[in-house]
Order: sequence, then structure tokens, then C-alpha cells
Amino acid sequence: MSTTAVIPNSPNERWELPSRGVVGMACLIVAEAAIFVIFVVAYVFYIGKSLNGPTPKDVLTLPIFTTICLLSSSLTVHAAVSALRQGKRNLCSLWLAATVLLGGIFLAGTAHEWYDLIYHDGLTIKTNLFGTTFYSLVGLHASHVLVGLIMLALALWFSLRGEMGREHSEKLEVLSLYWHFVDAVWVIVFTVVYVLGR
Amino acid sequence: MATQTPATEVLDLTVRKAPRRHWLEVLHDWVTTVDHKKIGLMYIGYSLIFLVVAGVEALLMRIQLAVPNNHFVSPQVFNGLFTMHGTTMVFFVGMPILFGFGNYLIPLMIGARDMAFPRLNAFSFWISAFGGLLLYFSYLGGSGLYGAGSAPDVGWFAYAPLTARVFSPGHSTDYWTLALLLSGIGTIGTALNIVATTICMRCPGMKMSRLPLLVWLYLVTSGLTFVAVGPLTAAQIMLMLDRYVGSHFFDTQAGGSAVLWMHFFWIFGHPEVYILVLPAFAFANEIIPVFSRKAIFGYPAMVAASVGIGFISLSVWAHHMFTVGLGPGANTFFTLATMIISVPTGIKIFNWLATLWGGKIHFTAAMMFAIGFLFQFLIAGLTGIMLSVAPFDWQLGNSYFVVAHFHYVLVGAILFMIFSAFYYWYPKITGRMLSERLGKWHFWLFLIGFHLTFDLMHVPGLLGMPRRIYTYEADRGWMIWNMLVSSGAAIQAVATLLFVFNMVWSYFKGAVAGADPWDAWTLEWSTTSPPPSYNFAKIPSVGSRRPLWDLKHPEDPDSDYEMEQSVPRKRSEESK
Repeated sequence: MSTTAVIPNSPNERWELPSRGVVGMACLIVAEAAIFVIFVVAYVFYIGKSLNGPTPKDVLTLPIFTTICLLSSSLTVHAAVSALRQGKRNLCSLWLAATVLLGGIFLAGTAHEWYDLIYHDGLTIKTNLFGTTFYSLVGLHASHVLVGLIMLALALWFSLRGEMGREHSEKLEVLSLYWHFVDAVWVIVFTVVYVLGR
Repeated sequence: MATQTPATEVLDLTVRKAPRRHWLEVLHDWVTTVDHKKIGLMYIGYSLIFLVVAGVEALLMRIQLAVPNNHFVSPQVFNGLFTMHGTTMVFFVGMPILFGFGNYLIPLMIGARDMAFPRLNAFSFWISAFGGLLLYFSYLGGSGLYGAGSAPDVGWFAYAPLTARVFSPGHSTDYWTLALLLSGIGTIGTALNIVATTICMRCPGMKMSRLPLLVWLYLVTSGLTFVAVGPLTAAQIMLMLDRYVGSHFFDTQAGGSAVLWMHFFWIFGHPEVYILVLPAFAFANEIIPVFSRKAIFGYPAMVAASVGIGFISLSVWAHHMFTVGLGPGANTFFTLATMIISVPTGIKIFNWLATLWGGKIHFTAAMMFAIGFLFQFLIAGLTGIMLSVAPFDWQLGNSYFVVAHFHYVLVGAILFMIFSAFYYWYPKITGRMLSERLGKWHFWLFLIGFHLTFDLMHVPGLLGMPRRIYTYEADRGWMIWNMLVSSGAAIQAVATLLFVFNMVWSYFKGAVAGADPWDAWTLEWSTTSPPPSYNFAKIPSVGSRRPLWDLKHPEDPDSDYEMEQSVPRKRSEESK
């Protein structure tokens, strides 16, 4: 009693707590989700309120291919985490490379879409409320894709150099959570902008 | 029984050495630190500086309004003063001081050596601090409507379209936006850290059901921070886009909506009130039981009420917008939602009263501030219920009645609890007691000044005095009230000076505190005052909500009562 602060009756069971990386990322996701909610609300609120064209119907086409790429990158990053957990480092590099590639295709698709919108359809952020809300919402998402892509590319770099081992699987999992979140947001953005808003 | 061993001796296993160091070395230490206690202290120190700055701004406004037709400051300067006063008090005093205490106390209270992410913690502090400096740099570098060196003057909620480039040219509004954006990033970082620390860093035996209530309330506050500061950040990004890229979010000329900004701002703004007041409740939850010499009454109800407040506070924002004309449906919804929040708040007040009831109350300065808080928070809540009624709000919206109401919350409740927290934890932080004698002078002077200012401020509001006017005519009947309100402000200023003096004097001359001067029960009192940088030489493990009580009273530990509760349940499971 006099040598330690351990209280009698304290349980002998093992004391296990959740991983702080996962909890921290979950918190970040909640805060980011709140930011996205406001941009989505603004988009929905301003649907059909633009005073002049072009309207979404005139200029937007469904980005089916890039959407498939982005969503399947969620599977590949998951496969990369599983591979790393089993210690299969080469397989992990392969899946990471696939993820980066798929994410890259998505971003390239967005860039191409924006180029067409700006130079062929004359829609910029200044044009009307549609332009304002479209570029800000899709741009906010694209910037999150970009951040995720940079981090995944770093992970790939470390993996290729053989510096990533099984002990890093939790960190890669935290990164994959962020990537899943970015994908989930795209589902909502896609629904709101390309399906409901059109 | 060798049971009276102070917990301190138990845990302090290493000798601390304190060689005198060069001041540059000390400075380098503070700038590069990732220690949660030092970061907490920097938060508190920086918010105290801003408290003085924003307090001076308030005094300048009260001097201006003390007599009619005054020309002490110009209307332009007055606009800047109320904008800077509000922004500073909310973002650079309230939030950082509360997060500062949280930073300092939470790891100590849950038996951890640091926060979950120490470097993120340092980053959050420095980016918030940079935001504050940026806001005040506008006095030098911001060019606004009135040329170079104008501070932001759009009010602390910066309604559109006043913030549009046409109406607020120059950069003073951008300083406001950027400062809030940066401090918001810091706030989210700290909140994230607090949640991760609370969930993942608890010492063995510290189940969620044994967390000190302070930690529980900070957990709720942090959760609220994510969903409140996120929208603010989003709205600030939109405003920046409007001002710099020419988008039309709040541009009524292009079909944009000024009311949308109001919604976005108050979706942040009302939960923000609870982000500020929940830590004040948190302090009360620790201080009132210790000075009543009783365990807190209704721990589970307190937790449930706090979580309830967190959720309900997300659905009341538009009661700030009754005068916009939301229509009967929305008015009814927000009136009722606002009134419902008084239920969990009432549960809290009754639990505190029940804690006091039959207790052996010690009237220390900390306790006196806490009791002042109880009464004043009640009154603030009552005027809140009055204002939640939409028709009443139509009459008094944007009048001095509203100003008096929310200052009653912010000063009468939150600031009183912050003072109380200083008297309670100063011995832990510095190792010295604050002077009780000066503390009582501080309490009574501040109490008198507070009531003179903010009780009487309701009256000019009822008489029709709108907020944010820089002066008024003599024949309105507001004169005597404003004079009294201003004189109360002066008394509060004197009391605050007394407090500052007490802190400085006691740091050098105060009585040595020892590890546990209040005979308290939570883990922070088990380590030395001030705690060593590693907090606990040996990570403690706990068996109840009051680990130090168990340690001091092994013949009657709280953990026995927890066992009693759980044993019958186990038996009933077995009998199945």
C-alpha cells in the first residue's frame, strides 16, 4: 500500500485501449465531414437559382469512368493494408501503386472536365451561382484527393525502398481510412451534383 | 495502518534538479516544447494577454457610452472596437483559455504522461496564436474603408453583404477571416487531441464510467468543436472565395443569399456558446464537490445532461435569426428547441445544489466564485428563455437586453468559473497558494462591478437602446443607466487588476502549496506541484471515480461501493 498508487480491487484484466491513430483520424473525418456538409448545403440551396447560364443540364456529363476508378481505389488501398499486415511487402507496393494510379486517373478526369467547362462552355467560378458552388464543392473534394494522393505516393515511395514493414500497417490503415472517407464524400458529391442537381 | 502516506511521496520517485539557466535557453525550451503542461500554460498566458486587450476595448466603449453625445472615440473607431472586442473575447480569450486548462489538466486527471499527439498539440497552439497576432496586425497593416491601419469593423458575426468587397474594401476584413480560419484549424487540432487522449491514454482502471466529470465535459466540448468549427471554416472559405476569386455565395446581386451566411455563421455560433460554457461546467463539477466535502451528486445524470446539451445545441442556431422572418414553422421549432435545452441545464443546476446540500461547505475564493456562477448562470438562463420566445425576441432583438443576456453567460457564468479554476488549480500549476484575502476582495469587488454593469444593462435594452450605436441623444432616458453600467465596468477593471497582482505576488511570496492543498480526490493532486514533466513517475491505476479518496481512506474506499453495485448484477446473471 505504501509503495505504489495501485488501488486494491483494481481489475487484473488486461487494459486495452483503442489506437490513437484511428481515433484521431475518426475525429478529423468528423470535422472534415462538417465542412463538406456546409458546401453540399450551399450547392443544394442554390440549385436552379442562377440568374444566367450555363446550367448544369447544359454542360455536365456523368463522370462514370473516373468515378469507378476512384471507388475501386478504395478496394486497392484496403488490399494494400491487408498485404502489409501479412508482411507481403511487394504485394503491398503493387496495390499502393494501383491506388495511386486510380486516384491519378480521377484527378486527371476532373482536370479534363474543368478544362472543357472553362474553355468550351465558358463556365467559371464567377459566371453564376452554379459555377460558384460547383467549383468550390468539387474543388474542395479534389483538393482532398490531391492530399490523399500525395500521402499515398509517399507511402508507395517508402514501400518501394523497402522501408515499410508489418509494424507500419497501423499507420497505413489510418491513411486508408482517410482515403475511404474521400471516396465516400465523392459518392455524395456525385449524387448531389451529377444526379440530383442535373 | 500506514495508510496516511501522501500520494505525492508514492509517485515522486525521482529527484528534480533545477540549475539556473540562461534566459535564451528557457525561451528556446518554451518555443520548442511539446509538453502538454507548458502548452497549456502558453494557451492560458496568451489568452490572459488578449483578455486584457479586449477588456481595454470594452472599457473604451463604456467610456464612450457613459454620457450622451460623447466624442471620446469616433464612430469608425467604435465599429472597430466592438468587432475586435467580440472576436478577441470569443476566439482568442474564451477558447484558448479553456483549451489551455484542458491541455494542462486532462492528461494529469486520467493518469497519462502527455496528450495523444504532442506535436500536433504544439502546432495547434502556435497556429492559433498566429491567428491572434494576425487579427491585431490589422491595426497596423490592414487597410479598410478608412484607409491604412483600420481594424476589421464588420461586427463579430460579420453579416453579408457588409463583408463583400464593395462594402468592405481593403484588407481589414481579410485579416478577420484569416485569423478565424487559422484559429479554427488550431481549435480542431486541439479538440482532436483531447478526444484521442481521453479515449486512448487513460491509465489502467480509468474506465469511461470513472472519468472525472471535467474530462467528460471536455470530451463533449471537443466533439461539439468538430461539428461547429467545421461549418465556420467552410463559411470563411466561401467568404474568401467571394472576396478574392469573385464567386457569389453571399452576393445578393447575383442571386446569392445574405441569410445563408447568417445560417452558416450561427450553425457555428450557437454551439460555440456551449463550447465555451461546458468547460465552465467542467470546472464547477470538480470544484463544488471538493469544497462541499461530498462526492458529486448524480454523476451519470451529469454525463447524460452534458451529452444532451451537446446534441440539442446543434438544433437551436436560428434563434439568433428570429428577426429575419423565418416563418411560423421555423420560429416554433427553434423556440421549442431552445427551451428544451433548459432541461439538461436544469438537471445540472439541481445536481450542483444537491452536491452542496448537507455538505461541509468551505468558502474559499474558488468556492465563492463557483457559487456566484450558480446564481448568475441561472439568471442568464432565465433571460435566455425570455429571448427564446420569438415574439419577445422581435421586440428586443439587437437591443442592449441581448447584450446584457449573453454577457451574463460569458462573464457571470464562464468568467466566474475561470476565476474559480485559477484559485483552485494555481497551487498545482505554480506550487504556491494564491492569497485568499486578496481573492475575497477580488470576488466581492468583481461581483459588485458585474451586477452593477450587467443587471442594469438590461434596462436600456428594454427602453429601446440598440446595440452597436456609438452614441445617443440625451433625451432618451438611457443616460443614467449607461452611466451606472460604465461605472460598474470600472469596478470590474479594478478587481481584475487585483487578481493580476495576486497572481504575480503569490508566484513569489505565496504560501507553499504542497501536492494536495485542498484534500481533493482526482489524480492531478497525487503528483507534485508543479508536476514534473513526465507527470507520473509510475503510471497510476485506479479503482473508482475518486482514486485519491481511496488512497487516503483505505478503510472506506469508493471502489467498495462500485463493487456493491456490480456484484448483485453478476449474481443475477449467474442465476440465469
